[in-house]
Amino acid sequence: MSRVRPLLAEGARHAGLLALAVFALLPFAWMLSTASKPETEVYSDVLHWLPQRFALLDNFQAAFAKAPLLRLLANGVIVTACIFGLQLLVALPAAYALAKLDFRGRDTLMAAVLLGLLVPQHAVAVPVFLLLHTAGLLDSYAALILPWTLSVFGIFLLRQFFKTVPNDLIDAARIDGLSELAIVWRVMLPTAWPAVTAFAIFSVVAHWNDYFWPLIVINSPEFLTPPLGVAQFRNQEAGTNYGVLMAAAIVVIAPLLIAFALAQRRFVEGITFTGIK
Amino acid sequence: MAMASVSHWRRPAVLEHAKPLWLPARRRLRLPRPTLAIGQVLAAPAVALMLLLLVGPLAVVLALSLTDYQLGAETLAFIGLDNYVAMAGDRVFWKSLRNTALYSLAVVPGSVGLGLAAALLIHSAARGQAVYRAVLFLPVMATLIAMALVWEFMLHPGFGLVNLSLKSVGLAPHNWLNDESLALWVLAVIGIWQGFGFNMVLFSAGLLGIPRPLYEAAAIDGVPAGWARFSLVTWPMLAPVTLFVLVVTTIKSFQVFDTVQVLTKGGPNKATEVLVYTLYAEGFEFFRSGYASAVTVVFLAIVMLISVVKTRWLDRRVHYT
Repeated sequence: MSRVRPLLAEGARHAGLLALAVFALLPFAWMLSTASKPETEVYSDVLHWLPQRFALLDNFQAAFAKAPLLRLLANGVIVTACIFGLQLLVALPAAYALAKLDFRGRDTLMAAVLLGLLVPQHAVAVPVFLLLHTAGLLDSYAALILPWTLSVFGIFLLRQFFKTVPNDLIDAARIDGLSELAIVWRVMLPTAWPAVTAFAIFSVVAHWNDYFWPLIVINSPEFLTPPLGVAQFRNQEAGTNYGVLMAAAIVVIAPLLIAFALAQRRFVEGITFTGIK
Repeated sequence: MAMASVSHWRRPAVLEHAKPLWLPARRRLRLPRPTLAIGQVLAAPAVALMLLLLVGPLAVVLALSLTDYQLGAETLAFIGLDNYVAMAGDRVFWKSLRNTALYSLAVVPGSVGLGLAAALLIHSAARGQAVYRAVLFLPVMATLIAMALVWEFMLHPGFGLVNLSLKSVGLAPHNWLNDESLALWVLAVIGIWQGFGFNMVLFSAGLLGIPRPLYEAAAIDGVPAGWARFSLVTWPMLAPVTLFVLVVTTIKSFQVFDTVQVLTKGGPNKATEVLVYTLYAEGFEFFRSGYASAVTVVFLAIVMLISVVKTRWLDRRVHYT
């Protein structure tokens, strides 16, 4: 009896977890299944998971031929890389100043950062759109990148991390004749590697997946981001072939999922760090 | 990474060990102190961008909400609170507010409950923890727009997984996304599916933070394992995390947009019209910037209110995790 009960409990746990796993994976499985079917089987009114004729490669070929998938992926990389690079460039010195330097207006700036954490992107969409409109920057890479160069979250995260760096380290660098800016890049940046990684993952995932902003500012096909591109592909192909559309969807989610598979723990940490936004 | 190779400066890891060499015990060196202004210089780009992209726009939203501005119009006029009065009399706005609240009422308990259940099960499972955690986290990572298209085909009235499954066990199919009484709840299920893995991770971190001796003490005092120990130790110790998760999930659910825009466009008959979608349609489809700004102000006020509740409750209690 006493040996059976823990086994039963463990069995019940796995039953519960398997149910949750099925719920989580069902759409992915259906996506793969549909992407593997030729058109005639996609529109079958009998449920079958495995295709009779395996058409995954055909569907990928059709997806790459009909949708500018390589362009989408390239744009995704360009936009997320530029956004993160600029965010880091702005956030690092500011976070260092907030954590380790004394200057007038520091407390006000810190309060503004904390308040900024609470403001969702949608709240500033109208004026930032008008700003880009006035500057003639709509429908360009600049429109996708520039509004995100300030990351209050990044400043906050790095500032919290810099607070834990011992002052002796910075003093030593000063004695050695480093300027404050050099301290930021040569001392603080290398020590802050874990925080920077978390920030990078958060930023890239958020902006790779973002749909709201690109939808508003982009019209031309050459600037489509992955989510916007796949949504437009759906609208063009409306009701024609879900197999091809699912293949395109796989291509769009693949980069992040592959990165996730390679660095799972870092991803989970990076995203949870960031619970706030 | 480039930093390390460029300079003569050693990596800080090395530096920390070498500290005694750098700072002799007798501190006769006068440390060069940074001037007061250098902090301002380093923070200047962030401050400038904050004024341009955050503070300025928030002020503009408030100001625009008091005007009749339309994008592209030559002029604008101050109309006081007319936009807010119009909003108060707009059936669509109230429907939007109500739908957002209903969506939130479904998604918050759903994704917090499943997240907690998943975390507890994984925490007590003897094996497979890493696999389960990765699998349940997948929906959080996957681009929601792409997955929304998958859900659309799963819910396809004629050839979708859901209706074909129902049919095969003899149940009636539904037109899930085109049924006024169902569409919002279907979107809520997608919201729960996408969000519970995130909450699981937050709860898992909370569970790891509960000191073991508390459980040992409970066991010694004869509290039986299972529900009793959960309600006596786990649940109270998890309270701050739970509150945090609740607030974060509520705020996120108030921002639902992607699935609505791609799957229902607020329909059928405004059944899935939600706040951010209203804001988007007014501001960027009809270009009624003034009215959209008023909607934005209300939206922001609600999100801020939830955050204030958080700071009131949470920050005071979070310390004992």
